[in-house]
Amino acid sequence: MNRSILADMLDSQYEILEAEDGAAAITMLQKHVLDISLVLLDVVMPNVDGFEVLTVMNQKHWIDDIPVIMISAESGSTQVERAYELGVTDFIPRPFDTLIVRRRVNNTILLLAKQKELIGMLADQIYEKERMSSIMVDILSHVVEFRNGESGQHIIHVRTLTEIFLRQLQRKTDQYRFSQADVALICTASALHDIGKIAVNEDILNKPGRLTPEEFELMKTHSLVGAEMLENISTYGNEPLVKTAYEICRWHHERYDGRGYPDGLVGDDIPISAQIVALADVYDALTSDRCYKKAFSHETAVQMILDGQCGVFNPLLLDCLRDVAPTLAEELARASTQTRQPEPRQLSQEIIYHKDLLASERSLRLLDHERMKYNFFAAMTEEIQFEYTVTPNMLTLSGWGAKKLGLDEVIMEPQKDEKVLRLIGADTWRSIANALQVTSPEHPMTNYECLLHLDGQPRWHRIIAQSMWSAEDSPSYVGAIGKIVDIHDSRVKLEDLEKRASHDMLTGLLNHSSAKELIRNKIKSNPKEAYLLVILDLDQFKAANDSFGHIFGDQVLIHVTKQLRQSTRRDDIVARVGGDEFLIFLEYKTDATQVVDRIFGAITGHYKDFPLSVSMGVACTNEVGGEYEKLFHAADQALYSAKRAGRRQYRFYDDSMRETLSAISPIDRDVKGGSPK
Amino acid sequence: MTLQDCYAALGGNYADVSARLHSDRLVQKFLLKYLDDPSFQQLCTAMEEKDYELAFRAAHTIKGVCQNLSFTQLLDSSSQLSDALRHGWTPEADPLLERVKADQMTVTAAIQSFREESEG
Repeated sequence: MNRSILADMLDSQYEILEAEDGAAAITMLQKHVLDISLVLLDVVMPNVDGFEVLTVMNQKHWIDDIPVIMISAESGSTQVERAYELGVTDFIPRPFDTLIVRRRVNNTILLLAKQKELIGMLADQIYEKERMSSIMVDILSHVVEFRNGESGQHIIHVRTLTEIFLRQLQRKTDQYRFSQADVALICTASALHDIGKIAVNEDILNKPGRLTPEEFELMKTHSLVGAEMLENISTYGNEPLVKTAYEICRWHHERYDGRGYPDGLVGDDIPISAQIVALADVYDALTSDRCYKKAFSHETAVQMILDGQCGVFNPLLLDCLRDVAPTLAEELARASTQTRQPEPRQLSQEIIYHKDLLASERSLRLLDHERMKYNFFAAMTEEIQFEYTVTPNMLTLSGWGAKKLGLDEVIMEPQKDEKVLRLIGADTWRSIANALQVTSPEHPMTNYECLLHLDGQPRWHRIIAQSMWSAEDSPSYVGAIGKIVDIHDSRVKLEDLEKRASHDMLTGLLNHSSAKELIRNKIKSNPKEAYLLVILDLDQFKAANDSFGHIFGDQVLIHVTKQLRQSTRRDDIVARVGGDEFLIFLEYKTDATQVVDRIFGAITGHYKDFPLSVSMGVACTNEVGGEYEKLFHAADQALYSAKRAGRRQYRFYDDSMRETLSAISPIDRDVKGGSPK
Repeated sequence: MTLQDCYAALGGNYADVSARLHSDRLVQKFLLKYLDDPSFQQLCTAMEEKDYELAFRAAHTIKGVCQNLSFTQLLDSSSQLSDALRHGWTPEADPLLERVKADQMTVTAAIQSFREESEG
């Protein structure tokens, strides 16, 4: 109702999207971020309130381009303050007044448009100014160069080299901190390193041969003279550019070991800007023709510098030179044929945007493009894709995925959402959340298999996800992206195959090798318990087969299996180990005889008209130890004794049987054949 | 029955609403629309089910609508109720609910007779 009053007031001028609550607003913003000129936001809303919407808008940087006007009946100052802090542009008080609403909306939209226009103009002006001052610096430096009889390439080279070394130094170490603006400043100032030469006699500057000591002393004055010239420009003395140029002029002939001039500074007492320019200066001097020498090749020049033939430099800088040497000549050639790169524009933009990387309209547009691509492919692949963020606590699903799972595309506080919990279960959710959180930025992948209840039917799914970590020094978990794949059919098939491989086809009991495996594990995980192993053999089974046929024989086996199952517990191991031989392994507390007697009793009797009896050999871990082979062998020998004693009975293994034969080794064919040795 | 009469009957301030909305057409439109607003029903149900968070939001919405439409009398009771429910139930809430119910009756009765007359 309140919404529609507002909508009616604005209707004639704007296209209006209405969201019924905060979550819907976020979904809508996500979809239309580029088309929305303004958001009118209420504070009190179900589920996700106005402040939470503002928080999300801040996190996604939407608020940088979309102004928000808050609607408020209560003008509690804390709320108002909080809203302003979160980037709200204005308030509209209740009750609504048509004029106020229209004016505020209109003004805000116009203001933002103006602001954008101004930003553009300002950027252009700053760019233009920077370009002008670069040109001025270049002209001034060239004047000096001309007197020097040099081509003017030297300044360009020194500047390019300075920038290359600086960037490499930045990559290598945090020891010196440069902002983008510092780099630009040092590069520009590098052009002024030799302005002091304007005061040096031209004859000395252009003398082809070696300078006399006196001449050299005069030549050396150029660094100090240049510095003084800059120092005396009183109007601009405090400008960073002038200060940097001063450092470079004065100290670009210092040496790292303290044997340079004019001040004999040592090590990092020499400003790093001057150190870098010095290196650039020396390299370019070596590789260029000068009135007193021919150019050296790039390789020779680098080698000479590294060998310490041309002064002593900061070892870190020499490392930088070594690093960039392979591509240096090429980059220099490119720089001298190119006009200046458009880096000032970048710089001016940076200044306007407070150096923080904010979402400009352009990047939003790019993002939108990416999202379109992503949505398209997500729809094509028919995959359930998701994104989870910790703050805001929000789960976003691909359109197709949401439909498939029967969920909304955007879910706030998913771990409390009824539909989500019905689908996945609180325990599974926690377990997945935990699995995602214990990853690391280096190993962010998680592979998790679980049951999801689609339409109430449990189906196996695999969740493949990559956790996302913040880019801080100590990264924290901020969420995850991933997809969910239905693996039910293949998993069921696999389980079936596994079951077939480990179970006897006729009786459904375990086969011998899988029983052996399980028994070993059981003993290993609880070696202190008392276990017993029974091998049991149906008496006269051959006769049943012979007189009633194999189908009847099979039925007898199934019947025995049933009896065995009923007389054992679920955790006991029952296996079929041969034609009519079964194996039972169980844990017992006090009386082994009682347990064995119960099993014996359960089988003895009749199946249809066929009398059933059984011979059993029993071995206890208390007697023979926990080694499977020994246990089995002992039970086998006990079985043999039982058969020898006339069948229809069970025997426990004891030491007297040690030398007896095996009941189910090849020799036992003789026993079964009725002719015991 | 004119809009002025209707406002007098429901305990509202016609001069105020007319100054803000600048259009009798809009005033009338929203006046009639108020009869379909579900907030009052939501409030009653939520109070019965002791869902005081929902009840607060419903009272808050009624308060907002009353402000916008200048229903002075209902605005007074609903904003008091909304304050009483802001941090869960308080003893004042129950008698206030009765006042809101009575004021709501007055408002809907006035609007209904206005509608009958203007349609008839």
